Amino acid sequence: MPELKLESLKVAHLGPIDLMVQPSEIICLSGTSGAGKSLFLRAIADIIPHQGQVFLDDRSVLEYVAPQWRKQVALLPAESQWWQDSVAAHFNTIDKALFEQLGLQDDSLQWQVSRCSTGEKQRLAILRLLANKPKVLLLDEPTGSLDPQNTKRVEALIRKIVAKEKLAVVWVSHSEEQIERIADRHFVVADGGLNLQ
Amino acid sequence: MTNTVIPLGSVDLSIAAGLVVLLAVLTWQLRLGMSQRVLIAGVRTVVQLLLLGLVLKYLFDTRHLALIGLIAIVMLAVAGREVMARQQRPFTGIWGYGLGTLSMFISSFAITLFALNFIVGPEPWYLPQYSIPLLGMMLGNTMTGVALTLDHLTQNAWQQRAIIEQRLMLGEDWRSAIKDISRRSLRTGLIPIVNAMAAAGIISIPGMMTGQVLAGSSPMDAAKYQILIMFMITAGTGFAAVMTSWLGARRLFDERQRLRLERLKVLRD
Repeated sequence: MPELKLESLKVAHLGPIDLMVQPSEIICLSGTSGAGKSLFLRAIADIIPHQGQVFLDDRSVLEYVAPQWRKQVALLPAESQWWQDSVAAHFNTIDKALFEQLGLQDDSLQWQVSRCSTGEKQRLAILRLLANKPKVLLLDEPTGSLDPQNTKRVEALIRKIVAKEKLAVVWVSHSEEQIERIADRHFVVADGGLNLQ
Repeated sequence: MTNTVIPLGSVDLSIAAGLVVLLAVLTWQLRLGMSQRVLIAGVRTVVQLLLLGLVLKYLFDTRHLALIGLIAIVMLAVAGREVMARQQRPFTGIWGYGLGTLSMFISSFAITLFALNFIVGPEPWYLPQYSIPLLGMMLGNTMTGVALTLDHLTQNAWQQRAIIEQRLMLGEDWRSAIKDISRRSLRTGLIPIVNAMAAAGIISIPGMMTGQVLAGSSPMDAAKYQILIMFMITAGTGFAAVMTSWLGARRLFDERQRLRLERLKVLRD
């Protein structure tokens, strides 16, 4: 069962941070912009240099080849990027049922990326991430550009998958209501550390 | 047809220089702010080429291998500096100079040595009449290819940082994450020489062939040498560009396959 452990993680002005995220646990982070929430997630995904250690199921990040680590400890950036013309070209495996649950039509894979709205891209980015079958989700404002209905859809889908696959989740959110709904624990990122609420 | 060159005297060159002075006067009249630069560049041409003539004359007389080697290294060093100067975002530290220089060194020297020993075959193989001009042609052209490739690679990696990182986040390895950019950078580096091959002889009479014909070689001999040079340059530029784009892409990532754009510095906009 996926269990994420941080040992004296330091990045820029943040840390050292010790944290344990249990299987099926959703941890929410909030805090003013510039506090270092995104840096924190990027350090856990090993996209940027950092000090300290990160473990997945007691195996250090250093025991993984970097791409293997990032497939399992999956980071959803606040703004998704697309580099091919068609949506489908960005997907390896496709689970139609998931598309439906996020309110995306069957033909959305045939869309041109340039014609998708911000909200559509955001939902497609979530599905693209889930297609890798990650064990840990690091979500940077996953519903930041979504309307209330789609926000609920994303929350429901993530919670369902978390419960089923026992994923460990770190979720950055600015919405107090959302944190109420989904968080098992809530930390505010401030003064270079995580403060439990 | 005689086989000797009509020698040029100082009067002949002075007349040609007069044309450049005329151009300088014209640019001054047009207020282009270029006349001083035209004149200085003209003086540089005279001094540099006459010096080169002196050095080559000494070299051809002595045929000293160590001296030829020294000249070759100086040529490489200057070409390396030129590559770096053409970068908008060169690598920091030793890589800024070393990366392009290393690629040019391996590719240009290997191909020149190969051509000297197995194709042209002068006696001795390092005969300066052959080795120095061949190496010069190689370096001059690989320099362009390497500079274009490297500049395109680093510029685009800089601009497409978010995309590269997104691909890394989705579990692609560094090679795959920068694949599109390095492929395009390679193409950019190769286009000039491929175009030059296609245009050779129809749109342009290459400088080397012009020189050889003026110096009294038969046009067919000159053409054959030009073909040899074209092929060497193309292969050399190609190999150097491939090496540059690979080394450059590799250097943009660290051992944990993270994109490290702080390894590039911003010189100018």
